[in-house]
Formats: sequence, structure tokens, C-alpha cells
Amino acid sequence: MSVTKIDTAEKPQFYLTEEHHPEGSTNLGFWLYIMSDCLIFAILFATYAVVGRNYAAGPSPADLFELPLVAVNTAMLLFSSITYGFAMLQMERGGKAETLFWLAVTAVFGAIFIGLELYEFVNLIHEGAGPQRSAFLSAFFTLVGTHGLHVTFGIVWLLTLMTQVAKHGLVPANKRRLMCLSMFWHFLDVVWIGVFSFVYLMGVVG
Amino acid sequence: MSKMLKRLCQLSLAATIPFLSGCDMVVMSPSGDIAIQQRDLIIVSTILMLLIIVPVIFLTLYFAWHYRGSNTSAKYDPNWHHSTRLEVVIWAAPLAIIIALGAITWISTHQLDPYRPLDRIAEGRPVTAETKPLRVQVVALDWKWLFFYPDLGIATVNELAAPVDTPINFEITATSVMNSFYVPALAGQIYAMPGMNTKLHAVINHAGEYEGFSANFSGPGFSHMRFKFHGLDKAGFDQWVATVKQNGTALNTDAYLKLEKPTQKVPVTYYASADQDLYHRILNMCAEPGKMCMDEMMHIDMTGGAGKESHENMERLKYKAAPIDEYGAPHGPSLNDAPAAESSMNTGAPQKEAMATTSGMADMPGMSHGDAHGAAAHSKN
Amino acid sequence: MFSDPDIQKMIFGRLTLDAIPYHEPILVATFAAVAVGGLAVVALITYLKFWGPLWHNWVTSIDHKKIGIMYIILAIVMLLRGFADAIMMRLQQAIAFNGNEGYLPPFHYDQVFTAHGVIMIFFVAMPFVTGFMNFVVPLQIGARDVSFPFLNNFSFWMTTAGAIIVMLSLFVGEFARTGWLAYPPLSGAAYSPGVGVDYYIWGLQIAGVGTTLSGINLIATIVKMRAPGMTFMKMPIFTWTALCTNILIVASFPILTATLVLMTLDRYIGTNFFTNDLGGNPMMYVNLIWIWGHPEVYILILPAFGIFSEIVATFSSKRLFGYASMVYATCVIMVLSYVVWLHHFFTMGSGASVNAFFGITTMIISIPTGAKLFNWLFTIYRGRVRYDVPMLWTIGFMVTFTIGGMTGVMLAVPPADFVLHNSLFLIAHFHNVIIGGVLFGMLAGVNYWFPKAFGFKLDEFWGKMSFWFWLIGFYFAFMPLYVLGLMGVTRRVSQFEDPSLQIWFVIAAFGAVLIAIGIACFLIQLVVSFRRREELKDETGDPWNGRTLEWSTSSPPPQYNFAFTPIVYDHDGWYDMKERGYVRPLEGYIPIHMPKNTGMGAILAFFALICGFALIWYIWWLAAVTFVIMIGLGIWHTFNYDRDFHIPAEEVTAVENERTELLAKQV
Repeated sequence: MSVTKIDTAEKPQFYLTEEHHPEGSTNLGFWLYIMSDCLIFAILFATYAVVGRNYAAGPSPADLFELPLVAVNTAMLLFSSITYGFAMLQMERGGKAETLFWLAVTAVFGAIFIGLELYEFVNLIHEGAGPQRSAFLSAFFTLVGTHGLHVTFGIVWLLTLMTQVAKHGLVPANKRRLMCLSMFWHFLDVVWIGVFSFVYLMGVVG
Repeated sequence: MSKMLKRLCQLSLAATIPFLSGCDMVVMSPSGDIAIQQRDLIIVSTILMLLIIVPVIFLTLYFAWHYRGSNTSAKYDPNWHHSTRLEVVIWAAPLAIIIALGAITWISTHQLDPYRPLDRIAEGRPVTAETKPLRVQVVALDWKWLFFYPDLGIATVNELAAPVDTPINFEITATSVMNSFYVPALAGQIYAMPGMNTKLHAVINHAGEYEGFSANFSGPGFSHMRFKFHGLDKAGFDQWVATVKQNGTALNTDAYLKLEKPTQKVPVTYYASADQDLYHRILNMCAEPGKMCMDEMMHIDMTGGAGKESHENMERLKYKAAPIDEYGAPHGPSLNDAPAAESSMNTGAPQKEAMATTSGMADMPGMSHGDAHGAAAHSKN
Repeated sequence: MFSDPDIQKMIFGRLTLDAIPYHEPILVATFAAVAVGGLAVVALITYLKFWGPLWHNWVTSIDHKKIGIMYIILAIVMLLRGFADAIMMRLQQAIAFNGNEGYLPPFHYDQVFTAHGVIMIFFVAMPFVTGFMNFVVPLQIGARDVSFPFLNNFSFWMTTAGAIIVMLSLFVGEFARTGWLAYPPLSGAAYSPGVGVDYYIWGLQIAGVGTTLSGINLIATIVKMRAPGMTFMKMPIFTWTALCTNILIVASFPILTATLVLMTLDRYIGTNFFTNDLGGNPMMYVNLIWIWGHPEVYILILPAFGIFSEIVATFSSKRLFGYASMVYATCVIMVLSYVVWLHHFFTMGSGASVNAFFGITTMIISIPTGAKLFNWLFTIYRGRVRYDVPMLWTIGFMVTFTIGGMTGVMLAVPPADFVLHNSLFLIAHFHNVIIGGVLFGMLAGVNYWFPKAFGFKLDEFWGKMSFWFWLIGFYFAFMPLYVLGLMGVTRRVSQFEDPSLQIWFVIAAFGAVLIAIGIACFLIQLVVSFRRREELKDETGDPWNGRTLEWSTSSPPPQYNFAFTPIVYDHDGWYDMKERGYVRPLEGYIPIHMPKNTGMGAILAFFALICGFALIWYIWWLAAVTFVIMIGLGIWHTFNYDRDFHIPAEEVTAVENERTELLAKQV
């Protein structure tokens, strides 16, 4: 039981005489945010699972997806995660220039990923397989597009952080921010693995 | 079990009657076997819960009174806050009730599953092999009800009839938005959804005229989306069918497409014949010529879609919809589509003239109404 | 205005002068009243030279107490709007018989009931709940503020922006006519092409951002910022319910966001998630929205349970009975609330086993709820009950909520639900638990914590009047609806044919009038108390002989809440301190680290509001511009590293010495 016997005779210390420093909440808060974002993806995945085979007498994944392109795309995102890891290692060592370098590489990989994705989307729409064509394509564009928007947002954030690191150096506030973006970036990677296997691989093979 | 139910039912009704005399609680005194069983379930669950609700409310009021601050004779124990025995009781008591209620729920939900064909038409009267159920296909339109009787070849709008003590197998769909098909005296409701087929099995045990309506909000005409359900004896039902056949016109695709347009307060309409596959096409959203039926589409999808070169399919699958939120808007179509019809319902005047003024339906070939029956149907007014 | 329709369309989207309902006398009168009232407020603020303080002390404030108070003010203002809708419906239903169409044609009536539901849930109950959690939780756990104070300010203004969008629909365009959950296909582009549903979507999305962020913020606060010694099992019950509520918020509002995004895509770019054709599935929307919607119910009721738990122990002058069992019950309810959503649509034809499963899980929730009720009951047992206003609300709640719980379990039995679903019986049930549970709880909370927030108690007489009118009015307004439900009357109907129903609607309308008097008494209570504030003053900081830490500091608490962070040994921390002869420290004050105010939250929310409005009216250029501005401002804000400061020890000393003097006067 939680209840402590109250002993009226005993008089413990009832307050801190120095300033209380609760441990930082940022990591927990950011985790919670990622979990909530994860839930949004969960809904989009669930939606895809429900309507993903409603082609409306139109094209199916096997007709549309080009796995080689998607494989290159996936590689770009995975590389970007690795390079972000390098950036974090450099940050731990305190190398500002190296950190910035690896962040820039990450941004480039991210941008290539987005570019390839846009290329794929434009091609699909050009073929008449836009999001309006069927419930399957609606779910596909929304799921992949939401991920793409996240990556785009991540790149904007990355550039912002690079400016801030360049300006203020690797101060604790910037380290914390880099840490948060790191979680975000890897999270997007994990989501993409899900998209790749669940949407693309299973779509073409299954 | 059922005897006990009956006794409980009588008891509880007796308890509530003084307060509620003068109002017709159709849910508590229905006329169909399914609705009666559902009513019994309400009563049983209420009584089970009252076992715990009544003591709680009583104790709340009693404790609140007894332990009031000014009553210094009441025992005061500011640090008493735990008693394992009491805590076991306060968790176990609701648990016990919920176990009982859960068991009842599991059994009754399966027994009264609307998809399950009836095995009895009333207590102690099982359905036999020679009992032929009446099949009715229900379509919720904006904002009226269309009923097909596939075995009789007839159809009606806003009027439903069935012989007493005969199982009725409903199939239900809708054309535009979600509705709910509900005749409280007959059985519980089930949703009517576009492109989907829901089922309801019910039976009416007493002859009479009952209310039916949509129980799920469906737009501006929702309030008047009502119909009369007639429970008729065998002869009465045959006569009703004969009236429909005699006074009705044909419900073909053209007539249906006109009927489908949003209208409200639509008077009762009879169709002596209806296209055989019309319900199927309505259900599959291909009543309009040239549309691809949903079942065909689903078949194509099952086999892996129709490939990239399938643009024409998209047009064939686009379902034409009326923007019903414009009805009644300051600049939209008028809401009162059938004012004359309404006034004629009150006076019992011949329906034919009234319908001629109904906008959107005036030029419909199938509009006709049996005067003989019309008088009977509205005799209550 | 422009001769070329294309140019006009480019600049104003689909917004035209026709959107202003100047031909609707009721709306014009309402607008006039709002405009006059608004101008009067503006004039008053100018006259009192309050603009500066309003901006510096309130709008830009990151103080959780002020944000909490602003949330509750928002809730009370929106309650008046939501109630106006309610009484309009009651009046319409009481007169629309025998061919009389009443005064609200469906075009208006359907907007009114949709707006009523949306406003009462999202902009009354939610701000109330969030407001209390904001105000009380940091004080109860001995913290100086929440984990992310800026985010807190931003959340509040986003919620307000959502509320403003919904209110705008009254005077510019129209609101949704779909019911408060906007089921497709009715809410889809094909059937509701107007702006109503778009107002609904963007109002909820913008407010939803605020709600989700505030949920994250409060979880982090409760988990990370508790005073030393306060283990999880020593947290006050209200904080426990707040924790569970915020977990529910974070784990359910993203579902609402995603679902509304899908609906938005359907409406704006023509995707096919919830359409009838091209493979869409409207039933998916109904499932998704209720996977959010059911936890939402518990988001509202759990904090109310927490408030009652605090009040019942305080006013019974006794420890809460069964603290641990209360905590477990709360957690069990939190988990179970995710596995019952299907009970909102048994009638969809899911099959007997599925229906029975969800029916039984629903009933299981009544077990922990029942246990809670018994816990309150046995807290009163052997207590010494003081009938101040908060306790009256508590007793009223215990009786009323029990009845609502019973009818709820009846609705959980699927075959019984088939005859009661969507009927006025259902309406009566959920008002029975939402008014009898949530609203009673919030009003109890207002009476309970008001002295803490403002330093004086609320007037007792008008408080009791408000309670009795509310309570009796509630029974008059909703018991007839149970009867009508059993008479087979369904919800959202605006005109009736059967004259035997009318008497019940008239009784219900009478009940609504009683509730209106109850609300008026509450407003009078606020005014009277303000005028009598010297008499009602509380200088002890502990007017009710409270048990938790918020009562250990002054009323109103200083900006920093506690001069010294308390150390906690018991879940009734302050009661424990009083019992064991705690002596308030009088010296040794140290500088206190605090976050700085910022206007960025309000500014971002303002642009979100404009962006939402532009999206509703298809004014694409404005939407794009405001969106870019929001992103830009957000980034710019991150370049500000100077976000905190120290309150110097001298200032703390001065504030605390003032309190020492006040306390000395008491004895």
C-alpha cells in the first residue's frame, strides 16, 4: 500500500532549501510526440490495409510500382540515417565542422529521396493513376505522401539546425535539438521500412 | 426463463404505468416477436442493474444525510480509508452483475441477431418447414422509402405491409447517404447504407398500423422520412397486394431514376410491377444505364485490377450524387417539395391531384394511388 | 465587386457577399448583440487602459495558472453559445407539431444541433478539462510550471483559434449540417459541397493541434516534474486522472487528426476514402472516428472523477477511501476505453459475435466505474460532511451519474440497442453522464478552486441557487427524453406528427429554461462574488482545510507557485504537513528560475486561424501565404535562445514577507 503511517511526533524536512532541478522533459516530450505521429501513420497503414485492394477496376500495385526505383529510394533514406548517425558521433566528439558536414550529407540524401518520390508521383499521375483513381491509390498517395511531407519537414528542420549550429556552436540547447531531430529522422526511416515492405513489396509480390 | 421474464415485465410495467399512462411507449409494448424479446431484454437488464443502483443511490443519500457536519452523534473517523473486505465487495458486486448481464448479452445477441432467420414467430410457435417467409427489399432514398416485394413482383413507396405471423426477410440498402430502417413495433433497427446490403428478420404478430421511419440523420428531408407499416391478416394482405397491382404502374429504370431524385413528404405510391433486377442494380449502384456495377468491379479487383489502360472504367464507376445540403439553403433548391401532398394527407382528399403538383414527380408515369386503400390508410387522420 | 468573376474567384475564393446571412433576422440580431457586446468590451478595456496588461500578463503569459484560467473562461463563453443552441432546439421541438413547422427550418435546425454537439464537446468540455489540468496539476505536484511553457501558451491559442473558426461560421457562411461526427457520405463533397463541413474540419483540426500538444506537455510534466518524494502512488487522485486523461489524449487525438485529414482529402482533392464509389468505404470513417470518439468520452469524464475525488475527501474531512483501488480503476478505464468503440454502431450489421464482444467490454467498464462510486460513498462514511457548494455538486453527481450509468449499460446490450440506438433515449443517456458527470464536475471544480485562483471564495447563496436550478432543470429536461425514446422518437428530428409526444417536449423545454436560470445564477454568482471580494477574501490560502499541495501556497499563488519546492511523504501531502506541524520557512529565499513570456503562441495561432479561414473559402493565395508565414515564424522562434530568467531572491523575499504578514493577521 502507498499509505505511510502518519506519525505526528516525527517532523521530517518538508521542503528543499535549494533550487529543485527536475530532469529535462524534452526527451520524454519528444518521444510522446513521435508516438502520436506514429499513431497517425498507424491509421494510414490501417486505411491502406482496408482499401488497398479496392482498385476500382483500375491499375493494381503490380501494374504501377517499379521496384528498382523504390529500392534506390530506400537506399537513399537508409544512407541518410547512417550519415545522421555519423553527425551525432561527431557532435559527441565536439567537432562542429564535421557535424555540419555530415548533416549536409544527410540533407542531400533526404533531398534525393524526395526528388525520386516526386518523380514517381508525377509518373503515376501522368499514367492516369492519380489519387482520385481508386481507393487503393488514394490510400497509397496519402500514406507515402505523408511520409514524404515528414521528410521534407525534416530537411527544413535540418537546415535550420545547421544554421543554428554554425551560429552558436554545439551548445547544450543545440545538442538537445540535434538529438530530437535524430529521433525524428530515424523514426521516418522505420516508417519507410514499413511502407517499403507493406506497400511496395507485398503489393508487387503478394 | 421466459415465464420469469414475463412476470418481471408485468411487474415493472405495473410500476411505471402510473407515471406514463396516456403515452404510447411503443418500444415497451411492441407487436412483433423480435421487438418483444428486445423489450424483455431491456427490462431484465434494468432489473439486474437496479439490484446495485438502488442501494447505491439510497446509501449516497443516507450517508450524505447521516454524516452531515451538524450531526455530531455520527461516528467520525478521519483516518479510516481502507478495508480489504469492503474493497473486495465493491469490486465483486458490480463484477457479479456484469457476469450475469454479460452471459445474457452473449446469448441474446446471437439469438436476436438480425441476420439470423427466425426459428419462431412467437413464444411456443416455431417456424415450420412449410412457412414461407415474405421477402422485402428496402431502399432508403432521399427522403422516402422504396419497398420491393420480389416474390409478388410489386413495389411501393412509403408504405409497407406484411401478413401477421409470417416471417419477413428484409434486405436493406440505400442510394446516397446512410439511413436506418426502423419500425419500433416490429423489430430493432438496422442501417441502410449505399452499396451495402444489410439484413433483418422479423415478424409482426398483431394486425394494425405502425410507424416506420429512418433512425439515422440523412439531411434536410430526414424529419419526414416516415412510412406506415401495416400488419394485415392473410385476407387483408392479399387484398392489399391486389390493390397495389390494380392501381399501380410499372417501376422501370426511367421511373426509378426520377424517383431517386431528392424529394420529401412523398405520398404513398404503388407499382404493379418492378424490373426484376432493379434492386440488385440499386444495391450495386448501377441503376443508371452505362454504369459499372459494384459486383463487377469487385470481381475485377479480386482478379488483380484492370491494368493501366482502364480510364473508361473510372467514368463508369463515378456515382452521380445530388448535393443534398443545398436543399433548404437560402439559394438552393426549395425544401418544401410537396406542400400539396402534405395538406391532402390531413384532409384525406384524393391523392391523384395532390401528386400532380409534386415537383420532380409530376411527370412520373408510375404515379398512382389506390383510393380505396388510401382511405383506409389515412382513416386515422 | 469585380467585373471579372475569375479575378474575384482568385482573390476571394468562394467567399461572396451572399455568404453573409443579412437576410436572416435571428442571425443579424445575434450578430448585432455580439458586435455591441464586443465593442463594449473593447471600449471598457480601452477605458481601463487594460490593453497593455492584457497583452503582457495574459495573452503572452506562459504561466500555467493564467493559461488554465483562460481555458476555463473560453469554456464558459462557449457554454453560453452551446446552450443557446440547446434551448433553440428545445423550443423548436416543443412547438413543431400538427403541421406547424416551428421557427427553425431544417437548414437551420441541422446546423444548430451539429454546432451544439461540436461546441459542447470540443469547446466547452475540452477547455474546461484542459483548463483544470493546467491550473491544478503543477500546483498539486509541487512544480513551478509545466514542462513546456511556451507550448502550453501555443496550445491554448490554437484551441481558441479553433473556437473562433466555429463561431465565424455563424456570421460568414454556414456550419455543417451533418451531426457532430459528420459521417460520410453525407459530409462528403458529393452531398455537402458547401462550406459547413469545411468549417467543421478546420475548426477541429486547429483546436486538435492544441489539444494534442497540451496532452504531451502535461504527461511530461506529471512524469518528470513531481516534487521530491512524490512517487506515482503518492500523487493526488486528480493528478492521476489527469495523467490517464492526457495519455488518452495523446493516444487518440492523432486518430481524429488522421481521420479528418482523410476526409479533407476526399473533399478537397477528390480522393476516395469515404466515398460511395471508386472503392471508398464510409464505414471505415465511422470506425475510425469512434476509435477516437470513445476514448474522448473518458478524456472528459476522468478529470471530473478526479475533481470529485478531491472534493469528497476534503469536504468529508477524511482521507479518500481506497486510494489504490481508485488509481487502478482509473487505469483500467483508460485501457478499456479503447476496446469498446463499436458499441456506437451495433446496428451496422457487424455480426453477433463482434457485437456481443463489444457489448461485454462496454459493460466491463462499469465495474471500475462502480468501484469508484463505492469509494466516494465510503469516503463520506464516517466523515464529517461540510455542505459547501462543491460538495453539493458532488452528491448531485453521484445520484445522477448512477442513473446515467445504468441506462448506458442498457444501451450496451446489442439487441436492446437495436431499439434504442439513435433514439432520444440515447440522447438522454449521454446528457445524463456528460451533464451529470462532466459538467457537474467542472462546476464543482470552479467553486472548489476559485479561491485558489483569485484569492476570494465564490458567493454561497448564488452558488446553491445555480446548483439547484441545474439539478432540477436537468431532470426536467432529460427524463422526458428517456420516455420519448421509449415511445420510438429518434434524434435530430425537427418536426413531428404524433401530437401525444408534445407534452414531453414541452416538459423538456421547461427543464431547459430551469437550466438557463441555473446558468444565469452562475454568472450572477461570479459578479456578486467579485463585488463582495473583500468579504469573501481568503488570506490563508487554504479555505477548505484542503489536503493536497495547492492549498499550501498563497491564494492566488505567486508566479513561482512555491518559494521552496515541497518534499512529499503522503498522497495527502498538505494534510500530512499540517498534521505533523509543518512550519512555513520565513527566510533563506533563493533566486527562482522561470520561463519568459512570449507572444509567439498567440501570433502563430492567429495565422493558423487566417490560414484555416482561407482554406474553408478556397482563398488559396492567402492560405499559402499564411502557411509560409507560420513556418517562418516557427523557425524564427527557434533562434531565440534566451527563454528564461531568474526571479531575484529579494523579490521572492518581498512576496513571501507580504504573505507572512497576512498569515499573522489571521491568528
